[in-house]
Amino acid sequence: MSNIKVELKKNQVDKIKEICKSFNNNPGELINALHKVQSTFGYLPAEVQEVVSQEMDVPLSKVYGVVTFYSFFSMIPKGKYPISICTGTACYVRGAETVLQEFKKELGIEVGETTADGKFSIGCLRCVGACGLAPVVMVGEKTYGRVSPEMVKDIIKEYNE
Amino acid sequence: MSDYKLHLLVCGGTGCKASQSELIYENLKKEIGNEGLSDFAQVVRTGCFGFCEKGPIVKIIPDNTFYTQVKPEDAKEIVAEHIVKGRKVERLLYTDPVAKKTAGSTREIGFYKKQVRIALRNCGIIDPENIGEYISRDGYEALGKVLTELSPADTIKIIKDSGLRGRGGAGFPTGLKWELAAKSPGNEKYVVCNADEGDPGAFMDRSILEGDPHTVIEAMAICGYCIGADKGLVYIRAEYPLAIERLKTAIKQAREYGLLGNNILGSKFSFDIELRYGAGAFVCGEETALIHSMEGGRGEPTLKPPFPAVSGYLGKPTNVNNVETFANIPVILTKGAEWFSSIGTEKSKGTKVFALAGKINNVGLIEVPMGITLREVIFEIGGGIKNGKKFKAVQTGGPSGGCLTEKHLNIPIEYETLVAAGSMMGSGGMIVMDEDDCMVDFAKFFLEFSVEESCGKCTPCRIGNKRLHELLDRICKGNGAPEDIDRLINLSYVIKDTALCGLGQASPNPVLSTLEHFRHEYDAHIIDKKCPAGVCKALMTYEIVPENCVGCTACARACPVGAITGERKQIHKIDPKLCIKCGACLERCKFNAVIVN
Repeated sequence: MSNIKVELKKNQVDKIKEICKSFNNNPGELINALHKVQSTFGYLPAEVQEVVSQEMDVPLSKVYGVVTFYSFFSMIPKGKYPISICTGTACYVRGAETVLQEFKKELGIEVGETTADGKFSIGCLRCVGACGLAPVVMVGEKTYGRVSPEMVKDIIKEYNE
Repeated sequence: MSDYKLHLLVCGGTGCKASQSELIYENLKKEIGNEGLSDFAQVVRTGCFGFCEKGPIVKIIPDNTFYTQVKPEDAKEIVAEHIVKGRKVERLLYTDPVAKKTAGSTREIGFYKKQVRIALRNCGIIDPENIGEYISRDGYEALGKVLTELSPADTIKIIKDSGLRGRGGAGFPTGLKWELAAKSPGNEKYVVCNADEGDPGAFMDRSILEGDPHTVIEAMAICGYCIGADKGLVYIRAEYPLAIERLKTAIKQAREYGLLGNNILGSKFSFDIELRYGAGAFVCGEETALIHSMEGGRGEPTLKPPFPAVSGYLGKPTNVNNVETFANIPVILTKGAEWFSSIGTEKSKGTKVFALAGKINNVGLIEVPMGITLREVIFEIGGGIKNGKKFKAVQTGGPSGGCLTEKHLNIPIEYETLVAAGSMMGSGGMIVMDEDDCMVDFAKFFLEFSVEESCGKCTPCRIGNKRLHELLDRICKGNGAPEDIDRLINLSYVIKDTALCGLGQASPNPVLSTLEHFRHEYDAHIIDKKCPAGVCKALMTYEIVPENCVGCTACARACPVGAITGERKQIHKIDPKLCIKCGACLERCKFNAVIVN
């Protein structure tokens, strides 16, 4: 499933079990449970999925199937400051592509990758619904509107200090 | 909205929040407090006003003053001038881009003139986190009326008579859908609200949930009463944290007021609502896929029949409507079917919310009566094309809709007319394109979307769209062959005819509609190897105009691949074989000597 081997500590396993239990280990709540687990761990490596599978009594293949189906779930850790560039239609028409290229160039990583220092990762998302501010970039929870390629350096700098 | 003489409404929608509207709200409150006017003027954080282009927005009622692009530091002046002295702050008023006149109130603003707000009636007017404000605007009156005066069958009849059709895309008559679910045998049924607004560029559902969450709760309870369900589920995108928060708050308040829960308003009817989160899959907007996702699985669609009305969530009869459809229900029941059906056209009743975006002056959310023309929407409400450019096309219906052109501008907007013109209503996204947009590239952009979002279950969509994308990519790179046009057309029809769900069947629409209306652009790419709009990089060539070149060497120094040669004070030259078309030379040249063909 993934090359990186993750050793889960006992308290981490307990945490996952606790989350699954809060959904009554109900297989119908698998997606809600995965949301919660991901927001706790930051991502969903194979080892985490194994615990969820056992607790909720859902075959591991199905958990993996769900995790890989939805773009919101990730099996690789995101950066400390995840950068998401909206590539919805409204942002695309107003130049999101050039902004994305600039981020890739500045950070030297591709979409879906994380910088070596673990600080930044680049992702694309489809429409945050702030089309009036297109093109839109999100860093963590913060939204930047009307972003131009020239602004990219300054945005990164904000988080490098 | 009690005894206050003045209300300062601050937009708290996602767009305005991203431009510091929260701080504006805080500052206004502070300033009003400093002036000792806290009993006289009230600051309210509302939902979206729709005019996102000019955000953040502060509206003052009762005089309807509309301040645009307000900054947090403007709060002091607004309070000192407008609230204390009664003088409007001229510099923050909206200025009409054509007439160059400032608008004193919203009634004078072109963006609002032709709008009729039914689904958005409370957005930007009430505080969405205060159930009292919703109730004061006739909220929950419809639920009360239905539970005390009407039978489920009577209620369904009113919805049927109103002519309301689903606002999520296909336009299926809502009353009929409810009737089918009501007639399905079974004691356990479900009401589902589809809030998985996946169309990029459409944000009406988000705005309704953020600005008026109670209307959706009320409508779902009414639907539950009609079909015999005691449980409702809202399937909402995880990308909408603010909408989720406001909905949660609203559900909690409704429970406290006895408007959700057991024996609502003393009747025998019980109903409650739970949230289910999407996880970023466009296909989950399709109702069968949505149901599978709610059950905790992969959101893959299944063949219909059986329809969800017969076998839906957990195999039980389920009624699925989208947010905007639900938002119409309470008003129809308080004002009557006749009132609703008097708005709109013969086959499309009421209003539709559209999200205007792209190369248009007034980006935002609008609600207009059915039957209005595209021209009125784009040029009157939307304020025309940005930077005085020429209108080229408008894409309606999201990624799987079609492009409409100049010649369609006068057709009335209805479900049927849009389909006849080769597009569709969809959820109401409207992306405007100008002369600088390449239609082949645009079709490719949408196919890329469909390829990424295809769930992979059926072959035509999974492989077919991938092939379409490859063909378009080849054409954009200048490697297209004349036969590619026929290949595109044939493959598009195969996908349309054989894909399993609505998403797959509609995915070739952008290709077919651009081929029909912009065939010359395809030909230019394939035969002349040129991109008329100057978008497709591979088809561009950079050249130096000898007459303008002074030999300053700036371009040669800027070129990252050493493609430019020439001595100081000599005319320079670009080697097209080495050039990577990055545009660095064009940016650097001060003498207009570099041109792009």
